[in-house]
Amino acid sequence: MTARELPELIPDSKLKLPKQAERKLSSGLTVIAIRRQAVPLIEMRLRVPFGRAPLARATLLSQALFTGTATMSSIDIAAELQAVGGGLSAGLDPDRLLVTGNSLAAGLDRMLEILAAVLTDPTYPAEEVATERDRLVDHIQVAQSQPAHLARTALLHRMYGRHPYAVQTPEPEQVKGVRPAQLRALHADRVRPDGAVLVLVGDLNPEKAIDAAEKALGGWIGPSRDGNVPATPELEPGPLLLVDRPGAVQSSLRMALPAVSRTDPEYAALQLANMVFGGYFSSRWVENIREDKGYTYGPHSSIEHFVAGSALVVAAEVATEVTGPAMLETLYELGRVASLPPGEEELEQARRYALGTLRLGMSTQAGLAGLASIYASFGLRLDYLSEHSAALAAATREQVTEAAAKYLAPSQAVTVVLGDADKVEAPLAALTAVERGPA
Amino acid sequence: MKIPATKYPVERFTLDNGLRVVLTPDRSAPVVGVAVVYDVGIRSEPEGRTGFAHLFEHLMFQGSENLEKLAHFRHVQGAGGSFNGSTHLDYTDYFEVLPSGALERALFLEADRMRGPRLTEENLRNQVDVVKEEIRVNVMNRPYGGFPWLRLPPVMFETFANAHDGYGSFGDLDHATVADAEEFFDKYYASGNAVLAVAGDFDVAQATTLIQRHFGDVPARGKPDLPDFAEPDIDGERREAYTDRLAPLPAVASGWRLPDPIAEFEAYLPYVVLAEVLTDGDASRLVERLVQRDRTVTSVGGYIGFMGDEYQVRNPTAMLLQAHMPPGGDADKVLRTIDEELDRLATGGMAPGELARTQARMATHLLRDTDAVLGRALPMAVLETQRGRPQLLNELPRLVGEVTEAQIVAAAATLRPERRSTIEVLPGANQ
Repeated sequence: MTARELPELIPDSKLKLPKQAERKLSSGLTVIAIRRQAVPLIEMRLRVPFGRAPLARATLLSQALFTGTATMSSIDIAAELQAVGGGLSAGLDPDRLLVTGNSLAAGLDRMLEILAAVLTDPTYPAEEVATERDRLVDHIQVAQSQPAHLARTALLHRMYGRHPYAVQTPEPEQVKGVRPAQLRALHADRVRPDGAVLVLVGDLNPEKAIDAAEKALGGWIGPSRDGNVPATPELEPGPLLLVDRPGAVQSSLRMALPAVSRTDPEYAALQLANMVFGGYFSSRWVENIREDKGYTYGPHSSIEHFVAGSALVVAAEVATEVTGPAMLETLYELGRVASLPPGEEELEQARRYALGTLRLGMSTQAGLAGLASIYASFGLRLDYLSEHSAALAAATREQVTEAAAKYLAPSQAVTVVLGDADKVEAPLAALTAVERGPA
Repeated sequence: MKIPATKYPVERFTLDNGLRVVLTPDRSAPVVGVAVVYDVGIRSEPEGRTGFAHLFEHLMFQGSENLEKLAHFRHVQGAGGSFNGSTHLDYTDYFEVLPSGALERALFLEADRMRGPRLTEENLRNQVDVVKEEIRVNVMNRPYGGFPWLRLPPVMFETFANAHDGYGSFGDLDHATVADAEEFFDKYYASGNAVLAVAGDFDVAQATTLIQRHFGDVPARGKPDLPDFAEPDIDGERREAYTDRLAPLPAVASGWRLPDPIAEFEAYLPYVVLAEVLTDGDASRLVERLVQRDRTVTSVGGYIGFMGDEYQVRNPTAMLLQAHMPPGGDADKVLRTIDEELDRLATGGMAPGELARTQARMATHLLRDTDAVLGRALPMAVLETQRGRPQLLNELPRLVGEVTEAQIVAAAATLRPERRSTIEVLPGANQ
């Protein structure tokens, strides 16, 4: 049997951005339209600044946004959208209200009209709001039984302290107290076009699509409130916070480390350092704790960006009986990447993965819409893809080593473990100081 | 609104060793998707080896003739790509999506493991551990784990093939041996039992040459007979309940057997549309009634095939309706209301525009999925495997659009309580 040679890669063609147009309407709404004709559909994303909005009301508003307008019931809205192959939904993050939609390409005008009605003329009818409120309470209760949610809640608390980002899900009791009139008031106050960005992607003519948006959304006006969130505080490392979940067959490991924004000169190097550590499957940490030790199924490490700050979050679910050893290997791999330069070949592999992922991410309408909308939240445009590709290609081994030392050192980590505390406390305490605490 | 269609070109050919190939070029983005589907799934695993098809899927990533352990992952990701695999009732798929310059590399990697994975005791034990963690994270350590896809089949079905837990028991996983894996590979992972599909940015003639180069000398091996997993429909309503110690709220799911998805496709397709009429969006029948009007459920969903893969499953399969309820929710009441709504549909027909809008929304979902290269490569590979008709992917929006009200009404009339199997989740958290 002769060994076969791995085929060479054909070098990537130059990154090509799709045809697009942008216009800022007199209302302050920015509209970006991007053409990708592959399938006869439209993807839509609208992000409205919502920082520092009262959490329970804002969360319920996002669930009740489509409950009715002066002329349409919630069922009318859903049926009218369906008729053009469309659908709209809403969500909330600590910075923005996000409306997501898609439809057949021929349904663009109709989807925009319905969106406009929802934005300018919502009624928040008492019955429908009550239904959505009860559903939201139930959903939160279910979320609070999920380990990933509980671990996240505890980590955010430890990371952000008194900063608005510290709590991102309201308590059921808070939601129960929200009244329709409060949603109407919050909508009037905060669902405003100034500073919002509408992204349309798909089988469209960019200028004409913007014309359509301008026509449909012309009545959506009004200045925005200052929704700026203060800069996030520096992480305060301390003892590992152990949150008890009696009887858990797995422990949820979470660590937060400092990070920089997408436009920071160090960002490309930090992204590559994170890749080498644990940011993709072929990283040291994943190969170690999954493919060598079998402690876990899907560990991941990623950089999370919010408007007021960025952080690097390390996450793994590991069997209760190997919680200590899994933490040991995690500390070891963080310490190793922070202390020693990466190998040439492993850095090139990480670089190629990062560059390829950018290309894959923009290969669909939904991918382009998501990227364009997220970037726009941070004042960036799709050409960031080209700039960031260049930065990834240029980052040197020295810069990656420096970024790893600066940001990935385990001594700076804020650490939370959710698990069966009586079983995992002693093994964890062998490695670091541990304090028990609430979720 | 007129339902549009895609026109993705489809080239099909078969290599001398029996490997079937589907090529569907589209140069709108500089990426390619490569999928290899083997015609074996959870239903084919032997008794005493529950979870083996899935465990074996993991072993296919552990090195092969020319590749050390970890090499597959590194070569795909080091080319800027992503990989995965998944195990279904009737097939197992392996796939990559990469920048188009990495096509030949992906073909090399798939051909290498088609010739034979490196099956070692060490890798087997390591992946048994990983699979156990996967089961813990997806089933044991979370509320509603395995509901209803692992919980309903044993209520609905009699035979091991259809009823057993496809993730597997820890005992069976622990007893799996390298010899089992070798036998499983020999029996099911033959080139004649596989389909390769490539979608995206490539030239057909060049890709054909590359495929011949890398897969042409994969040894031909016999294809196993396709088993018939048919079993009779139930002869009366079935119902079971279990306590989920992590679940804070009750839930319920029911399933009804359907016509053969392949041999009786025309009779089957109306059920796919019916599931959407009942549960897609706030204007659907069951959402309007159960969520908005009665408030007896917080969410309701309807779909076909236990893994939601309605066009990629063989007989026997089922239509599922599942609902999550508020505190103190009454499953009996929910089931009675579902019966009422099915009766209303079966006797009263549909409202003006109701069918057309459902079909328009289904077209959007179908078209949206095909925008990704893997959204074409994967379903086309399975459609070739099970039907010899990958081009069906282009035709589905139109075929869905041609389903008539009379067919929906007739389908609804068959979903009787006496043909229903139900599994109920009793909340066990905080008690």
